[in-house]
Amino acid sequence: MNPIETKQTYQEYVEKKSPNSPILKNCFNAFWVGGLICTIGQIIMNICKERGFDQNLSGTIVSIILIGLSAFLTGLNLFNKIGKFAGAGSLIPITGFANSIVSPAMEYKSEGYVMGVGGKMFTVAGPVLVFGISASIIVGIVYLIFNTQSMTLV
Amino acid sequence: MEKLGKQTIKFNNPPTITECASIVGPKESQGPLCKYFDQTLDDEFWGEKTWEKAESKIIKETVNTVISKSGVPSEKIDCCFAGDLLNQCISSSFGLRELSIPFFGVFGACSTFVESMSLSAIAVESFAEHALCATSSHFCSAEKQFRFPLELGNQRPPSAQWTVTGSGAAIISKTGQGPYITSITPGKIVDMGIKDANNMGAAMAPAFADTLITHFLDTGRNPSYYDAIISRRFRSCWKRNCY
Repeated sequence: MNPIETKQTYQEYVEKKSPNSPILKNCFNAFWVGGLICTIGQIIMNICKERGFDQNLSGTIVSIILIGLSAFLTGLNLFNKIGKFAGAGSLIPITGFANSIVSPAMEYKSEGYVMGVGGKMFTVAGPVLVFGISASIIVGIVYLIFNTQSMTLV
Repeated sequence: MEKLGKQTIKFNNPPTITECASIVGPKESQGPLCKYFDQTLDDEFWGEKTWEKAESKIIKETVNTVISKSGVPSEKIDCCFAGDLLNQCISSSFGLRELSIPFFGVFGACSTFVESMSLSAIAVESFAEHALCATSSHFCSAEKQFRFPLELGNQRPPSAQWTVTGSGAAIISKTGQGPYITSITPGKIVDMGIKDANNMGAAMAPAFADTLITHFLDTGRNPSYYDAIISRRFRSCWKRNCY
């Protein structure tokens, strides 16, 4: 083997020697668990519609139930096991978002309710909120500008 | 004590490792070294309310164990070098506050224990009769401080490592039966630009190799001189070895 001289060659060497994530297995697990979560959501939705709720209200009920379920499973130390197995399958649906808020809240409870739970609750979900809300404001401004123009044009 | 070669310090009156002790958590007690630990815990909290308090208790009990095993009364220990992974070394400073031994806080992350032993050896060679060195880490408190909450449903890459839950302590003395610390080679910082926080083995390996080679060059020995070359914190999910 040639001696490793530069950072570049070392990084390539590490890249070559590091075990890769089992991508196929991960994708397959993410696919069926994510699909299962979405199917559960759809079942709840259909039941709600059956009971006479409209589309919007049914959607809200689905979110509430899935968030509640995911928060409950996080509290039982089960959600991290599902997440470890399914990866993006349980992370991308709303269940992952609930988990990312409940897990720091549990972790930092030992530092008190105000500075611990209150202050650290959004350490994981914070960036999603900041950039999600910022993006929606920018889109809103763009929409406002172009929409008014089209209105004046008409 | 004299300097040897580029980086090595050689001791003229080699200090002795008089006694050592260790307490480890549940995962470590399932490993092959299980029978060598003084105490193994089934509970990561060890009856405490937080992981940080548990870690403090682990280092405190380890130090108590090493003192009682060695038979050296704590008043005879001239100084202690201890550290851990948490901010302000809180586990060691809270764990050792009742000992009333002059305290040097050490932070070297993975190298804290070897660093403490090196400094203890230097202290023993110069002024002290006995020096205590100790370190601790706790998987849960380290994850909380450096990575993500434990309950977060994320996946760890195969190269990710696991922080030890446990503590080790040793007493270094001026005179004794050995094993002796004959020389130490403090390593340089070698940064090969690994940016992946989940692959600490790859980040540390170049410094380890550099220190080892410097040690051989400084002392004029070669690897076959040693019965064993042991490196800390290469404990990982890596199956293939880097070197």
